[in-house]
Amino acid sequence: MIKRAPLVWGKKTYKDITDDISSLVENVPGLPYFVTLLTAKGVLIFYLCVLAAIVVTGMGLMGVNSPVGWGTDIVTFVFWIGIGHAGTLISAILFLFRQKWRMSIARSAEAMTVFAVMTAGLFPILHTGRPWLAYWLLPYPNQRGPLWVNFRSPLIWDVFAVSTYATVSIVFWYIGLVPDLATIRDRAKNPLRKKIYGILSLGWRGTGRNWNHYEMVYMLLAGLSTPLVLSVHSIVSFDFAVAQLPGWHTTIFPPYFVAGAIFSGFGMVVTLMVIIREVVPKYKHYVTLNHMENMNKIIMSTGLMVGYAYGSEFFIAWYSGAPYEQYAFVNRAFGPYWWAYWTMVTCNVFIPQLFWFKKFRRSIPAMFIISIFVNIGMWFERYVITVTSLHRDFLPANWGMFDMTFFDFGALFGSFGMFFTLFLLYIRTLPSISMAEVKPVLYVNREEGDKINVFG
Amino acid sequence: MSLDNIVSKIEGILRSKTKQGFVGIWEDEHKMIAAAHEARKAGCTKFDAITPFPMHAVDEAIGLKRSYIPWVTFIFGTAGCLFGIWFTWWTSAVDWPIIIGGKPMMSFPAFIPVIFECTILLAALSSVGALLFICGLPKVDPPVIDPDLTSHKFAIFVPEDDTFYDTQKLEKIFKDHGATDTRKTEF
Repeated sequence: MIKRAPLVWGKKTYKDITDDISSLVENVPGLPYFVTLLTAKGVLIFYLCVLAAIVVTGMGLMGVNSPVGWGTDIVTFVFWIGIGHAGTLISAILFLFRQKWRMSIARSAEAMTVFAVMTAGLFPILHTGRPWLAYWLLPYPNQRGPLWVNFRSPLIWDVFAVSTYATVSIVFWYIGLVPDLATIRDRAKNPLRKKIYGILSLGWRGTGRNWNHYEMVYMLLAGLSTPLVLSVHSIVSFDFAVAQLPGWHTTIFPPYFVAGAIFSGFGMVVTLMVIIREVVPKYKHYVTLNHMENMNKIIMSTGLMVGYAYGSEFFIAWYSGAPYEQYAFVNRAFGPYWWAYWTMVTCNVFIPQLFWFKKFRRSIPAMFIISIFVNIGMWFERYVITVTSLHRDFLPANWGMFDMTFFDFGALFGSFGMFFTLFLLYIRTLPSISMAEVKPVLYVNREEGDKINVFG
Repeated sequence: MSLDNIVSKIEGILRSKTKQGFVGIWEDEHKMIAAAHEARKAGCTKFDAITPFPMHAVDEAIGLKRSYIPWVTFIFGTAGCLFGIWFTWWTSAVDWPIIIGGKPMMSFPAFIPVIFECTILLAALSSVGALLFICGLPKVDPPVIDPDLTSHKFAIFVPEDDTFYDTQKLEKIFKDHGATDTRKTEF
């Protein structure tokens, strides 16, 4: 008989779970939390200054120019959108596959999705150079004809995909929060807290009839989010693949982008979970080493898929016999941007191979460092795809290089401040582990359970 | 309609409509399920369980059918799809047709991503809307029988207009199945 390790450690009862998770919201957190929050906020303020400078002065502050017209903004947009995808994978796809270990990380992963998409959404708007006209992206009846948006353009598909993804993710996340907000409302002694969480919980009563419909809607949203998340990164890849440029114009892009997105997103979930587990030690009973190991397995397997895509691109470039295509890829690996290419390959393909060994999969410091490498590697992947394809096209007379300015680095670095500030505020104000989802998957035989987890 | 009328109408919608009834409270969910089966056998049909997390056994114990919300999702998803097809066609081929890249006015394959997103968006939002409508949410003053019912306790509430409502017999059923508390209350 294969024994199943319990999903929650420490012989928890239902009441323990309520107390543990609510206490994160009800008590003032310790010093490590405030130090982290203030650091993140400092970076956020820096970010706002950088954005303000770019918007007021103009796009000339950033490195984009001819021939590299897509730079840090697009690279970082794709990076953050990709991060978001692991959240939906955990909350929706693993839910449909009945992966019960997802329960304790789903809420935070979904929150990560929402914040990553919010962070990502600013970049294309900034990239337009006239962010105050961003509403022109929407098809609304206007006085210019009405001149409608061009529905044949992948950039408009992107507007629809990302805004739908943001809306559905927020709704899915919020519907999941409602029963837990009701728990906090019912526990609240402070009248103001009772009022705020009372409003947020929409007056949830937890009757059998309500749960019956609730579970159905939760499953429907998971079912709808699954094709949605796959479509979003496919459409992001169309931004590149529909163009005629060698290095972009490949049919492998949609699955390659989706695999990369899940890969980078799990990297970020592992980074966040390691940090939370240190800042809030109670988490260790809920997000156990087994959870971390499962995520590391996914990182390793999606890393292999990404590596396969890198190889397959080269094979097709050779096999196609198209000289421009071949040049684009040789130039990628051995041209002036060789350092970016090999950073990407090292971080995404070689380093995650360490997860073949159980020792690394279950070592917190190892997985933290590897997950950061994954994040770095995936940013470079988008950099390589965007910049190396653009900088040398068909006519050598048009060739050029892309130089990142202070404002490019500022926008990239600052976006982490926005993401982490939002995430830390969420940890403090909302129940960050789904109580109503963790309770039903408790191990029945709690005494036995703790013995098993020693061997993991 | 005056402003006061509108305000009082909104208030009326947001206030909970409660019923008098009889409640039993458990700390063990399995005993609660057994009691629910018993109450249903005795003739209760409108009664309900209150639990801190979803339990499939409750649906069987109080005789709930499968939720019909998927129909709402299907109908609105189809509507979203049809809207997407109509809108991309009307804007690109009818209202202001412009030739772009030599492509046909109605470039159906290129419109599929937008149509797909419209389908998903309307299907998802309508499902959530249906959930809120059916459950009568949001409400500002939900009745609370016991604050632990959203944490670790389980209850059965039998409203007084139920097909079977005999507080003495119900109390006996509940107590026999290990209820820690039984009383008349409002929910």
